[in-house]
Amino acid sequence: MSDRRIAFTIDGRKIEARAGQTVLEAAEEAGVYVPRLCWMKGLTPAGACRVCTVRVNGRPQSACTQPAAPGMIVENDTEELRELRRDVIDMLFVEGNHFCMFCEKSGACELQALAYRFGIAAPKYPFMFPRRELDASHPDIFIDRNRCILCGRCVRASQELDGKHVFDFVGRGRDKRIAVDAEAGLGDTDCAATDRAIDACPTGSLLRKRVGFAVPVGRREFDRQPIGSDIERPAAAE
Amino acid sequence: MSPESAAFVTGVCEALDNDPTRLLDILLEVEAQFGHVGGEVMDLIAETLKVPRVQVEGVVSFYAFLHSEPRGKVVIRLCNDVIDRLRGADRVAEALEDELGIHFGETTPDGLFSLEHASCIGMTDQSPAALVNDVVVPSLGSSKARRGIQVLKEKGDFDELQKLLIRDHGDGNNAHPLVRSAVRNNLRQPGAVIFGPKTKPGAALERALAMSPAEVIRELKTARLRGRGGAGFPTGMKWEFTRAAGGDERYLICNADEGEPGTFKDRVILTERPDLVFEGMTVGGYALGARQGILYLRGEYAYLRPLLEHVLEERRASGLLGHDIQGKPGFDFDIRIQMGAGAYICGEETALISSMEGKRGDPKTRPPFPAQEGYLGKPTSVNNVETLCCVARILEMGSGWFSSMGTPASTGTKLLSISGDCSRHGIYEVPFGITLREVLEMCFADEPFAVQIGGPSGQMVGMEAFDRKICFDDLATGGALMILGAGRNVVEIAAEQLRFFVHESCGYCTPCRVGNVLLLERLEQILAGNGEAADLDYLEQLARSVKTTSRCGLGQSSPRPVLSTLENFREEYEKLLIEPVDGQLASFDINTALGPAKALTGRDSVHFEQQGGER
Ligand SMILES: Cc1cc2nc3c(=O)[nH]c(=O)nc-3n(C[C@H](O)[C@H](O)[C@H](O)COP(=O)(O)O)c2cc1C
Ligand code: SF4
Ligand code: FES
Repeated sequence: MSDRRIAFTIDGRKIEARAGQTVLEAAEEAGVYVPRLCWMKGLTPAGACRVCTVRVNGRPQSACTQPAAPGMIVENDTEELRELRRDVIDMLFVEGNHFCMFCEKSGACELQALAYRFGIAAPKYPFMFPRRELDASHPDIFIDRNRCILCGRCVRASQELDGKHVFDFVGRGRDKRIAVDAEAGLGDTDCAATDRAIDACPTGSLLRKRVGFAVPVGRREFDRQPIGSDIERPAAAE
Repeated sequence: MSPESAAFVTGVCEALDNDPTRLLDILLEVEAQFGHVGGEVMDLIAETLKVPRVQVEGVVSFYAFLHSEPRGKVVIRLCNDVIDRLRGADRVAEALEDELGIHFGETTPDGLFSLEHASCIGMTDQSPAALVNDVVVPSLGSSKARRGIQVLKEKGDFDELQKLLIRDHGDGNNAHPLVRSAVRNNLRQPGAVIFGPKTKPGAALERALAMSPAEVIRELKTARLRGRGGAGFPTGMKWEFTRAAGGDERYLICNADEGEPGTFKDRVILTERPDLVFEGMTVGGYALGARQGILYLRGEYAYLRPLLEHVLEERRASGLLGHDIQGKPGFDFDIRIQMGAGAYICGEETALISSMEGKRGDPKTRPPFPAQEGYLGKPTSVNNVETLCCVARILEMGSGWFSSMGTPASTGTKLLSISGDCSRHGIYEVPFGITLREVLEMCFADEPFAVQIGGPSGQMVGMEAFDRKICFDDLATGGALMILGAGRNVVEIAAEQLRFFVHESCGYCTPCRVGNVLLLERLEQILAGNGEAADLDYLEQLARSVKTTSRCGLGQSSPRPVLSTLENFREEYEKLLIEPVDGQLASFDINTALGPAKALTGRDSVHFEQQGGER
């Protein structure tokens, strides 16, 4: 059963998935990049950011949660979808307070890298300038919620990879924010500098103290090549 | 925390077997006792249930009926839905603020009163309305509001206030000793299916039990019954999927969350036909092979709970619930009531399930669908109150009887909740296929200019649509019909509806959490007289992005107020637009933009001070 291949197409290209794979995973294995932000390898997909929106037989779906099925016709890199993804990325920029040029994560930030990949110079929506809390109570880690995009990767990584439950969401709608498992702050939780949850953060919202510029700007992952380049391969000749 | 308080909290947890999936019930009981769920209490609950504290905090902060900060002994929650505001809720709000000397969102220094706003509480047929603690106060004018506060201040007695506010009980079961509410049914036009003559409890069940479960499902398919909660999914098919899913544990959930603004039909069904609802649920239990049914009742309808519990007791006593129901060996089924806690999103079936599992009311990832993996991971069918009543009546009277009413694709009758600018608000049971014009005549709409059909997640239509039919293939609706007379500002109403969605979005996905705020921002700019032609394209594009990329039905329909008004009432927008001067952005005002900087530095801008309000 598990080695039966599921055949479908993405933008006309033939893809074969294994049973249980999502559209995003199958595409990635076949060398097709579906842009994503709240998805991370090894974590349960959340379908939260909507950057991975594709059309499956014409219907919009998040590729990171959509199981591959035989005969599906998936649209991924179309002008319409690029536009929709740009809009979603723009929304994430204006919702928070992102200051890429001073950010320790610059060049290694997935939000910034996506903006570059999509050619966003400035968001088309007005900035919301929210007031967000910092938490520097932990000796080795700090949280700057200004840069949080509510992807929930830290929430899931803490539970699924670290076997803890350091982070979770509180509040609803526009007041939703990332919180920690203690009334006072991160310093009162069992979070450790080695937690995988810290690495899971795609932006500069969760950072380790004192190592911000260990790798100089200009020599970071996305300074060298656009996000997704490591995944993309030309279709094999048929 | 005193030892007594701690004992109360652990007692509540204990009574529910320290089961974390019952967290919502635990929190509601604790809130009822202390008026809030404070930090220490959250710690204690987390420790007792062995769950992380942040998870408890996440749930408390999600629901409008739960609070982490203390509030007044009397909490007044004024409904600020569109219709209530059209009918003077703002004047009531002013009177309350004035009388109490506080703003909404605040508590009086003596800790006696808190003022809050509530999204639609299901009383738009008798608006303005408020919830005073658990008590519904319909038809609340500003002088009544003032008097109520004065009485309460003088006597300091909640019972006195209740007497004043509820001088007359409503009609029917609203006057039942277990309800004693001032709410009125406003049942204007009963029809054959739901509000026909009351039938004997057990009549439908008797016929169902004479068939096999598969035959019961086939009967619903033959009747071509479609869900009344909004989406119109064929009920027989949903039950078939749920039944076909593996395992031996299944659940049937009755969705009585009724949160769509302007909808109040389920309220009247629950008041007057509770037996019919439970009958439909029990038939469902049999058809699905479920042993447990759960009615998810919105927190705003808590006043109906004692009556509903009483009816359940009666049904248990007469063998319509429990073991070997009606002598059918092995058919065991019972129903419990789950209270909601003030979140519109929890009407969405997967969010409703999350909420019942003691979690934040976030919708779940689909697939898997509830029919495969629902409540506690078991196959679950979620059905609307009205749908389940139809089920009972179809079993009782036969599918032929049912499908002879309505249209071929939309069989039976539909309950409409009518409010707004008409003289006979209330419930109308009409056959599907009736035209909008006929409905407007029926309720004596005066000079109807626009009709919001299906609530904010439906659409706003104008006169050119009045000859269209109410049915699944034309004007589909969960039942809300808000009538707007001449002179109403549809752009203002669209903005009001966006405010509702901004308030009710769970915040899980980006487009709904952020996009609705952006839509509202631009509508407000236009209403403030700062809109230009390009803003209409901006709104249209943004609305389309939110609609296409949102994760669940809330965000997929929240842009509809904007899209449908732009489509049907574009000239209303155009009237509000201005021509930008010299290509400058109409919405930009330099002095407003400099405001925060001026406040911080304590001085005016050297460059711009002379220009005053000029752009
Ligand atoms: C945001 C949102 C709110 C909803 N609220 C309700 C509700 O209050 N009552 C209801 O029956 N269905 C509501 N629904 C529809 C439910 O998800 C579900 O389709 C319905 O309960 C199924 O019952 P039915 O098949 O009998 O219509 C809502 C859907 C969405 C997206
Ligand atoms: S802190 Fe980082 S990982 Fe966690 S939700 Fe925010 S952006 Fe995502
Ligand atoms: S990556 Fe799929 S929704 Fe975020």
